[in-house]
Formats: sequence, structure tokens, C-alpha cells
Amino acid sequence: MSVRSEAVLRVEDLTIRYESVTAVKDATFEVGEGEIVAIIGPNGAGKSSLLSAITAIAPRARGRIEICERSTDGVPRSEIVRLGAALVPEGRQIFTSLSVIENLKLGATIRRDGEIASDLEAVFAEFPVLAERRRQMAGLLSGGEQQMLAIGRALMSRPRLLMLDEPSLGLAPMAIARVYDKLTTIRSRGVAILVAEQNAARAFAVADRVLIMSHGRFSLSGRPDEIKAHRDFDGAYFGVMMSGASWS
Amino acid sequence: MREAAQVLVDAVSVGGLYALTALGIGMIFGVMRLVNFAHADLITFAGYAILLFFAQSTALAVVGAALAAIVLALITERAAFRPLRGANPETLLVSSFAVSFFLEKTLIMVVGARPKGVDFLPGLARQVDVAGVRLQLLHLVTIAISLALLAGTTWLLRATRLGLEMRAAAENFQMAEALGVRANRVIAAAFAISGLLAAAVACMIVAQTGLVQPRMGLQLVVIAFVGTVIGGLGSLPGAAIGGFFVGVGSILLQALLPEALRPFREAFVFVAVALVLIVRPLGLFPSRSLRQRV
Repeated sequence: MSVRSEAVLRVEDLTIRYESVTAVKDATFEVGEGEIVAIIGPNGAGKSSLLSAITAIAPRARGRIEICERSTDGVPRSEIVRLGAALVPEGRQIFTSLSVIENLKLGATIRRDGEIASDLEAVFAEFPVLAERRRQMAGLLSGGEQQMLAIGRALMSRPRLLMLDEPSLGLAPMAIARVYDKLTTIRSRGVAILVAEQNAARAFAVADRVLIMSHGRFSLSGRPDEIKAHRDFDGAYFGVMMSGASWS
Repeated sequence: MREAAQVLVDAVSVGGLYALTALGIGMIFGVMRLVNFAHADLITFAGYAILLFFAQSTALAVVGAALAAIVLALITERAAFRPLRGANPETLLVSSFAVSFFLEKTLIMVVGARPKGVDFLPGLARQVDVAGVRLQLLHLVTIAISLALLAGTTWLLRATRLGLEMRAAAENFQMAEALGVRANRVIAAAFAISGLLAAAVACMIVAQTGLVQPRMGLQLVVIAFVGTVIGGLGSLPGAAIGGFFVGVGSILLQALLPEALRPFREAFVFVAVALVLIVRPLGLFPSRSLRQRV
């Protein structure tokens, strides 16, 4: 793993247990400033548990998590976004009974500055489909539009790290392509991105670094081209072979 | 015709009280899935605050009632319901019964179980002439205050940041928290508002009946809760409308039923409720968040 001046996210020896089941074991990784890191693995590999622990939704058994150099020990769920990490959760979880603009305003809950209105316009400029429907109930949006709304909502907190859990789940290929286009645009503005995906192809195309996760462990990590070339890739991805080889 | 107008105004004023009570209950249910039967005791304690202060001044009695209900609401939240946050709704329901019993019995221990007369707002007890119909001024004031509080609550929920956070928390608490909404702030605000609504209801009930007694809130809350169920648990407009119709319905039944059946009017109300729920099991205005859970 390359050495970076400042990590927006640092995870050390993280273990997550649900009763007797260990969901994640000894996970260590970093996300540097302006970097896109993808965690790829099959269903049940522990990706969601990892993101849940970072956002203080799931309890962790052991380990250390730092967001923008600040430990999340004892930090309640509502304060994670104040440290600089915004979440686009699995299943999008937009507020369906609220309007599009209200969803976006909620994204700015932690802010008290005077630039919220101009940021709203910036999101509408970025996602014109949301601008057209700003007064509509968000529940009436299509899946792809809801994903854009969830991303826009997360951006309204002005995060330094954007975390996305399965952003392509349940979306049509066109919509998936649009989501990943946006991720590249967002990164170009200096926001680091951590994305957990089953859809390896999409994640490989945009990520600077990829971590392959299976059975709660990182089995491979490195640049996308390095990973694809690695002889253990298929085995690591599908969890058939546990080589344990980690290289960069 | 005149009599019909009088009955209607009476019914609407009682409907308003039930709407406010149902809204107070719905508010708490929305943010923490708690059916708060201790809402009855907020009304009762506010009633006793009126008893304590009405001789000095009306303003003091109203402020005292509001403070008593709000402070009590916040205390029950902090002491009883906060430790249970995230518990399943059945646990919360039972604990609200426990809180309610505790408060009621404590009150009886301190002030006794007998009703006490309160000559609160006697100036409103007269009749006024509106377009040739003699109406109770108190009924008209009750309607006006109910409308004002419903409008105020609507404004708070629709137009303020706190209101937006409360609506978001009502739909998906975990996601609201992930966006930075602080649970303690939103829940405490909901309890404070429900306390304020309870105090307003207490003022109007005491003015109408001229009595306070330790169980004065209970009957109101049971009927108002039925209203929130009809309206659709989890929907605030639904709660207000459901409460309103249950209140109006019970007064109209009182007026329209033959004398011999009047003592059983509540039975008719509950039959109507059962019919509504057979046709629409989730109430008239089911909330989306609840539908997803079912």
C-alpha cells in the first residue's frame, strides 16, 4: 500500500462480530485524499459490515477507525458525518415521503453556513433530472434517479470522503454507467471515495485501488490492472481459494 | 336547524380536542414508534397545574399548565423512554402503561382521588349570538385554539429545519442519524410539542367541565389513540383527522342516538372504527414507512 500524506479514512485491525459469527476479521486499509478505493467481493463477504462499522451502525469487536485523522471510538452515528464522511447506503434509503429538495436539505443537516442554497443549485446543475423534480415526492423517482438523489444528498454535507454501499444494486446498466461517471466527477473535485461493490467490472474501471474481500478478509489488494493480472484473482473473488496473498 | 348548528359546533369543538390529543400521540409514535399512554398524565398534570394557579391569574394557570406538561414529558422521555430507545414497540407500549400508572397513582397519593372543582375561564361560559344561533363562546374559542395549534404544528413541521428533521426521523430514523440528525434533539422536541398540545387540551377540558381529577386524561387518550389508528399510525395529518372524526362522531352519536342507547355510544364509535379497519387495515392515511415494515 502506498504511503500518503493524509488518509481521510484509516482502518486498523478491524474485527466485527455478530454474536458468534465473525463478519470481518483483521481488516486494515486506508483511503487517501482524492482517491477512489473499491472493496469488491461476493454477497456476504463482509463489505456492508465494514461500512456499517465505519458509520457506527454496526458495533465492532476490535480495531481502530479514523476519519480525517480523528478516531471514531465512542462517536455516535449522527456525528460520523461531522467528521467528514458521508454515506450513500445500500438500497439508497432516500426519504420517500419527503420532496427531492427536502431530501437534499437534510443532507446539509450538519451545516450552519450561508452557502447551502448555492450548493443546492450546484447539485441541481450536476443532476438536472433532480432539478426538474425538486418539488416531487422522492418516492416517485426511478431507481437510478433515487441513486442520484442519495449521492446528491451525501454531497450536501461537503464530505471529504464519500462512502457508497452497492451503488449499482438493482439499477439498469445505463443507470449504473451514469452513477460511475458521477463518481469520477466527484473525485475530480477532491472528494475521496470508498465504494463497496459486487459488480467488479464497474468498480475496476474507476478505482485507483481495489481490495478483494471474501469471508470477512482482504485476500488481495492493489491497482486494478495488477489485481486482474494476478493468478489468484478468480479464486480470491469467488472465495474458493484463500491464498492470503496481499501485495501491492 | 338551530339545534343542529349548536350540536355541530359542539361536535367540532370536541373533535378539535381529540385531534390535538391524537396529534400529540402521533408525534411521539412518529419519531420513536412509542404509543405513549402517559400522554394522559401530561393532560392530567397540566389540569392540576391549572387548579394550583387559577385563583392567582389565568395567565399564570396557562403558563403553569404548559410548563408542567412539557417538563413532565421531557422527564418521562429522559428517565423512562430514552433507555428503551430502539426496543420493540410492544416493550415501549408496556413501559408507557407503567409510566402512566406510576404518575397517576403518585398523583392520587399526593392530592387524593376525588375530583376538584375549578372555576377556570368563567368568562367563556356564556352564550353568544352568531347569525341568530346561540352558541357557547367556549366552544368557539376551543375551535379557534385547536385550529391555531394545528396550523402552528403544521408550520413547524413543514417550514422549519427542526420539523424537516422530525419528519425524516419519523420515516427512517437510522438514515436521518447518518445524515447528522441528533436523536436526542429530535425526540426531546417531539416530547416537548406533545406536552404543549396536552396542556392546551387540559386548559380547554378544565374550562368546559370545571373539574380536575386524576383520570381526566385517560379517557381522552384512549379515544384519541383510536383516532390515530383510524387515521393511520405514523401519519400526522392522519392522526389529527382521525382524532377529529372520532370526537365529532361520539358527540353526534350522543345527540342522535335514542336516549336509552346513549350510555353505550362508545360501543357505536368502536363499531365504526372496526368497520374502517376492515376496509382499510392500515388506517385512512397509512404512512409509507410503516407500510414498508409490514
